[in-house]
Amino acid sequence: MLARARALSDAAAGIVLGDGVEEAAREAAARSGARVLLADDAALGDGSPRPRIEVLARLVATAGYDTVLLATTTSATDVAAGLSARLEAGLNWDLLDLERDGAELVGVRRALQDTVSVRVGWRGSPRLALLRPGAHQPVAAATAGAVERLEVTIESPEPSVTVLERGTEQAPGPSLAEAGIIVAGGRGVGSRQGFAALEELAEELGGIVGVSLPIVEIGWYPASRQVGQSGRIVAPAVYLACGISGAIQHRIGMERSATVVAINSDPAAAIFELADLGVVGDLHEIVPHLTRLVRARRAGAPSA
Amino acid sequence: MRIGVCVKAVPADPRERGFDPATLRLDRTGELVLNGADAHAVACACELRAAGAGADEIIAISVGPPGAEGAVRYALAMGADRAVLVSDPLLEGSDLLATGRVLARVIAEEACELVLFGQQGGDSNGALLWGAVAVRLDRPSISRATEIALDGGGVRVRRQTEQGFELVAAPLPCLVAVASGVAEPRPPTFRELKRAGDKPRRLALAAELGLDPGEVGAAGSRTTVLALGGVPRREGGRLVDGDPEEAAAEILELLVARGVV
Repeated sequence: MLARARALSDAAAGIVLGDGVEEAAREAAARSGARVLLADDAALGDGSPRPRIEVLARLVATAGYDTVLLATTTSATDVAAGLSARLEAGLNWDLLDLERDGAELVGVRRALQDTVSVRVGWRGSPRLALLRPGAHQPVAAATAGAVERLEVTIESPEPSVTVLERGTEQAPGPSLAEAGIIVAGGRGVGSRQGFAALEELAEELGGIVGVSLPIVEIGWYPASRQVGQSGRIVAPAVYLACGISGAIQHRIGMERSATVVAINSDPAAAIFELADLGVVGDLHEIVPHLTRLVRARRAGAPSA
Repeated sequence: MRIGVCVKAVPADPRERGFDPATLRLDRTGELVLNGADAHAVACACELRAAGAGADEIIAISVGPPGAEGAVRYALAMGADRAVLVSDPLLEGSDLLATGRVLARVIAEEACELVLFGQQGGDSNGALLWGAVAVRLDRPSISRATEIALDGGGVRVRRQTEQGFELVAAPLPCLVAVASGVAEPRPPTFRELKRAGDKPRRLALAAELGLDPGEVGAAGSRTTVLALGGVPRREGGRLVDGDPEEAAAEILELLVARGVV
């Protein structure tokens, strides 16, 4: 993100907000060569958007920044929306790209399931943008940028959200990042029973089941299994996408896979553009067949 | 206690309708339906009312063209008690900022203590509005709720985070964006749809909410759509179509060739 911001303006600075994040700020400054502001305060520790909005709004107002870029993550999305209302500033989100057009900035996003590319702009400033991270390769900086500590004063806004308990949901077994084979399921899988068939295939292949965002939202799988822009970015040897339409946000998470196989009943599904092998058909029939074939081959193959 | 549910009418077939080349906005002249994520929010409100704990009235709140009435009626058929639809030519071209102003005004006027939004993917268009409304109303807000319960004068919510989950509490009034797993919507029966026509619906213009023409629509917006274009399609690999057994055999062959089986 910092590299992207620096490409747009030499005066771009980064800001790191959190509790105990000085190390992260130093690393960002060292890697980007940019000046990095540090808002380090216990009130910024729990990830709730309101105190972050306060700090950013004050910074933009006092330092006169005309553009604020945030990486598209779920928590930054919460912050960006609130900041837009606080500053009465235009917010363009889900941007894949951001470029200069004279004195103006132009964002590019996709609409209607990736069939349309939309160029968007801002009226007045400040301009807020939620931008896809990772589109810009970070360029190693020759000299580290300076880290400047910001004075954080948060006028605690009336009773707010209290965190009672926090847990991590790491599914047992290998994680998505380590898996050599990912059997991924999306909305097209349709049911929990459908996922049982995917689990069986993944087990037979020695892989793991990954899912698209809607499946996490329904609550069938924890967020730790989500592949995509707002989930995990993976690059397994084989990615077997079942019932996944291939929205850009999902593709960002898996496009570096060495081999992609896609099964989808919709021949127009965008996922087929990425697939080395695409199968138009009913995954509920094909997946169990494949599991049987793999099992049969394993049983019949001479042990190495 | 009143629960407000913000609902949006979306084109039933957005891909076919596409954008209006003159306004560069989504073509909303065709059939409009209740947004899927919002149906979960309405179902969630109905479950909260059924559970007692003081929730006694559900108001569906929508900002949209006159054609949005069908979606509003659907929300009423699902169980909302009454509806407010803000429909005004002045609102055309509203962005997040302008729509947020209108919703905040309605929520304040209707004195909704708990306001639910359907949370769409963090990646998609509707994931932001509630965050802007919460700041405008200066109320606490909680996103990605997967379970919600009323508890005395507040709510207790289980929410998804990037790492796992959180259990949080907030006092009323507050806003909660619910993930689709929070409640399963049941399609209303024909009878319920018919009866929904008799439930109270308030149609409001921006001026009736005390909003200035400069605060809404394109005039009140700070983002613009400059141009639309196509998306270059990438050439995919081999596409097979046919017998499931043959398809499975083809996949196996590829897996063997890649050395993973």
